[in-house]
Amino acid sequence: MEFKFFYHFGNFLLMLKGMFSRPENFKMYWKQFMQQCVDIGVGSFGIVFIISLFMGGVTTLQTAYQLVSPIIPKSTIAQVVRDTIILEFAPTLTSIVLAGVIGSKIASELGNMRISEQIDALEMMGINTKGYLIAPKILAATLMIPVLVAIAGFLGIWGGKEAGVLSGVLSSEQFMQGLRQEFKAYNVFFAMAKSFSFGFIIASVSAYYGYNVQGGALEIGKASTTAVVVSCVLVLFMDYALTAILL
Amino acid sequence: MIELQDITKSFGDKEILKGVSAVMESGKVNLIIGASGSGKTVMMKCIVGLMTINTGKILYDQEDFTAMEEKEKKLVRQKIGMLFQGSALFDSMTVEQNVMFPLDMFSRDTLRDKKKRVMECLERVQLKDAAKKFPAEISGGMKKRVGIARAIVLNPKYLFCDEPNSGLDPQTSLLIDKLIKELTVEYNITTVINTHDMNTVMESGDHIVYMYQGKKQWEGSNKDIVFSKDQKLNDFIFASEFLREAKEMRQLDLFKDGSWRDQLKKD
Repeated sequence: MEFKFFYHFGNFLLMLKGMFSRPENFKMYWKQFMQQCVDIGVGSFGIVFIISLFMGGVTTLQTAYQLVSPIIPKSTIAQVVRDTIILEFAPTLTSIVLAGVIGSKIASELGNMRISEQIDALEMMGINTKGYLIAPKILAATLMIPVLVAIAGFLGIWGGKEAGVLSGVLSSEQFMQGLRQEFKAYNVFFAMAKSFSFGFIIASVSAYYGYNVQGGALEIGKASTTAVVVSCVLVLFMDYALTAILL
Repeated sequence: MIELQDITKSFGDKEILKGVSAVMESGKVNLIIGASGSGKTVMMKCIVGLMTINTGKILYDQEDFTAMEEKEKKLVRQKIGMLFQGSALFDSMTVEQNVMFPLDMFSRDTLRDKKKRVMECLERVQLKDAAKKFPAEISGGMKKRVGIARAIVLNPKYLFCDEPNSGLDPQTSLLIDKLIKELTVEYNITTVINTHDMNTVMESGDHIVYMYQGKKQWEGSNKDIVFSKDQKLNDFIFASEFLREAKEMRQLDLFKDGSWRDQLKKD
């Protein structure tokens, strides 16, 4: 098991090293990068929109359910919702969902290209396939996932406010007052640092499993599943590590 | 011209290529034939650099490909066109975009010139009307022809075809063979085809290398095959009773027109 870990880790590092070479045509690489930004960013917006709204709503209702003491002001609910969403839910929960959405897409796309000899065809043309296929995906994910996490944060807080107001837990003014209480900008930096790391993990790990598929259609499915599972586990490890280091 | 000098390739303990030497001549269709597992696909992948050989040399026009740096290898690869067994077309691109891809990547021509070149290539493979279609919308034979158009769009010096007729009906196979042969002569390309299609062997085999259990068992042309006394080659090529009879009839024809004399001189 240990040996296999080092085998994969070594190959993973070699894959990353292999990405760095002078692009054959910068314009084509840029086009590929922009395409990935659209696929990852715009393509995942729908699911991020839905989970963020509900995540915020549920957090407000559950926080209100637990804060029953009359000496705690209602605005505290908003404060808890804000910090929970910014510190944990927006970056981590969104990234776990994105590991499923983006990770499986990257792994299956590259796996299919490997099986159908499209990667060999690119190699034969004299193109650095790691640089052309993998690097734009990793760059796009490290750029777009923080953007999606920021959107998830805003939508989560807005969803929390709407849920609180609609259910009569607290008024809109109380929520806005709570949002402004003891706000630390560092928390936003922390969330962005986490989402940046998660973006790198999701794209690179999924690309590694997809790029190295051997066999047929069954192996593409297996690679996809492995990519999502490993990405999720590594996201959680990284979440703990960054929390321990940065907070 | 491509020259193989005593190349070997192993996977673990298993030796796949056992010291193969051969010369692939320019302006000719060079075939690598052999039963499944004889090492012909590995040999082709070694020649194009998708696999690295253990020992020996591969020379492209007298330049040692095996000793080259990755940068130099990339430059050689840009002179190679390759048709893959499954065509390897990019699913998300139209036929036109597939053929234009190598031009987009490596050519500094204007878009208008690139489009003109793409149309020339598609016209050459009789697929001008399919330019806007996606690979999923065209037949297997058409995919192969798109693969050929993509392979020749940069005017390659070397053309490699991995089983170009697999999964195609006999008529389409002949069409593909004819096309490859014409392009080889027209552009004086060094063409290497990996096949076990007997029609290709008899119709296009200017130079044939027969592989048997990782070794070069026999070398010659499609005319030589008819007179070959190599038992393993004969068992492979003329596997059925029908083909054995066809061989005897062909020998009779060649005997009548005097070609047998040249063959006797060779022997």
